Amino acid sequence: MQNEWLYIGIFLVIGIIVPVVPLVFARLVAPRKPNSIKQSTYECGIETVGESWVQFKAQYYIFALVFLVFDVESVFLFPWALTLKQLPLFVVLEGILFIGILVTGLVYAWRKGMLEWV
Amino acid sequence: MTFWNNPINFIGNWLTGLLTGWHLPVALATILLYIIGITVLIVFAMTLDIGLVWVERKVVARFQDRLGPNRIGPFGLIQPVADIIKMVIKEDITPAGADKIIYNIAPVLAATSVILLWAILPLASTIYGVDLNVGLLYIVAAGALGTLAIIMAGWSSNNKYALLGAFRMVSNMISYEIPMVIILLIPTILANTMSVQGITQAQSGMWFAILSPLALLIFVISAIAELGRSPFDLNEAESEIVAGFHIEYTGMKFGWFYAGELLHAFTFGGFMAILFFGGYGGFFGLEKLAAFGWLNIPFVQALVFITKAMIGYWVIMWVKYSVPRIRIDHMLAFNWKFLVPLALVVLVNTAVLNKVLIDLPGWLYVLGMFGSNIVIGFITVEILRAHGRKQRSLTPPSPQPLHPSGHMSQGERGV
Repeated sequence: MQNEWLYIGIFLVIGIIVPVVPLVFARLVAPRKPNSIKQSTYECGIETVGESWVQFKAQYYIFALVFLVFDVESVFLFPWALTLKQLPLFVVLEGILFIGILVTGLVYAWRKGMLEWV
Repeated sequence: MTFWNNPINFIGNWLTGLLTGWHLPVALATILLYIIGITVLIVFAMTLDIGLVWVERKVVARFQDRLGPNRIGPFGLIQPVADIIKMVIKEDITPAGADKIIYNIAPVLAATSVILLWAILPLASTIYGVDLNVGLLYIVAAGALGTLAIIMAGWSSNNKYALLGAFRMVSNMISYEIPMVIILLIPTILANTMSVQGITQAQSGMWFAILSPLALLIFVISAIAELGRSPFDLNEAESEIVAGFHIEYTGMKFGWFYAGELLHAFTFGGFMAILFFGGYGGFFGLEKLAAFGWLNIPFVQALVFITKAMIGYWVIMWVKYSVPRIRIDHMLAFNWKFLVPLALVVLVNTAVLNKVLIDLPGWLYVLGMFGSNIVIGFITVEILRAHGRKQRSLTPPSPQPLHPSGHMSQGERGV
């Protein structure tokens, strides 16, 4: 392969075209007779009340905060894992120290009762 | 180089010769070749997808003691084609309050995210799209696009069930992604590369499933969670939120969510094979023997790979149809209090032992890696058992009465 990312770029374009083709085809052959009852929001037969786009309490938002920290930090581990073979044991242990700091954060959140359904 | 030992390059060279013979510039000929190759690859994936619909329906029928599709064609083989025709000619209903642009993009994105994974899937040593040196990060990135599609679908439908489905998908994502990323570090450490071809070739002697069985287990669990399949199918949960994020979709738009999910599951079966079972090769060095040289023919390798991927897919189906759905707070607790610590322990264990044992003779290295995983697994089970004993001693032996007011307690109220 001469240019990997060019390949991925073309792949993305064709990967978008392929799913669109049947949708366009369906638009040509499928019947279209919209009416207000058919287009109403489905709610098991009951008429829907109010907006759906309301402020909503996601009860797992503290998990999301912990997730954000872990997600960013786990990316830093990839270069470390990739060069592990060339590194001396000391640097390997330094990486483990970094993981240890991560674990300390997790244990702290756990002890604080943050990893609960609130 | 002949057609049989390097088919892609053979056809590629022939076509390049043909196109430059027509006085096309080389760059243009290359792009044209890419387009042809990619189209063939995607059409192959889509054809496989049609087959998967039949496999899935037939297997679920057998799990539920039914016959499954058996009317159209021999063994109902033509059934998926009939399904597609039906989906295409169904009326496409867009709910009145929907956010139309996002609503229409979501099913396309759901399919595209899966198709993108096929760019790096190595079917054989010479049949693959592209061999990225950041292959594993690419898997995570393309997988996240699928999650985004589900969130878009749920939000834009302007339907309360769909919105709940999207909320649950977010909770799915924040719980499985950390164990998944940490576990992807383990093949990286063992193979010393992030490219999927490199990882496959590093396993020609020994599968990573044997060097690190716990990593395989965690990968399977988090892959099922990423796919949103039972027991983690909270985002569609037919019995609770009807169909979740795709409740308002009809016709082919629904079809793309369905087809995308099946192909995604198969693709993850494929990644299971690549990361832990040696992909297209890897029978413990068997293919290096002269008598088994035919295992190195690309088409045989592709067949081996598809078989391994199909077994992985079958395991995912097996789990789906035999395990009941997990409660949402249990899923978050399971992932954060069990999978993440376990994944970190396995990572540290692999990093240190790989460094210490690498100079020892081969069999001692394998024994050390495998044995350490068994020890960690044993300790984990013991900790869980002790925890279970403690829980049981705290709660009274009689079954708990219902809450007097008939309401659910605080912890049981789901999103």
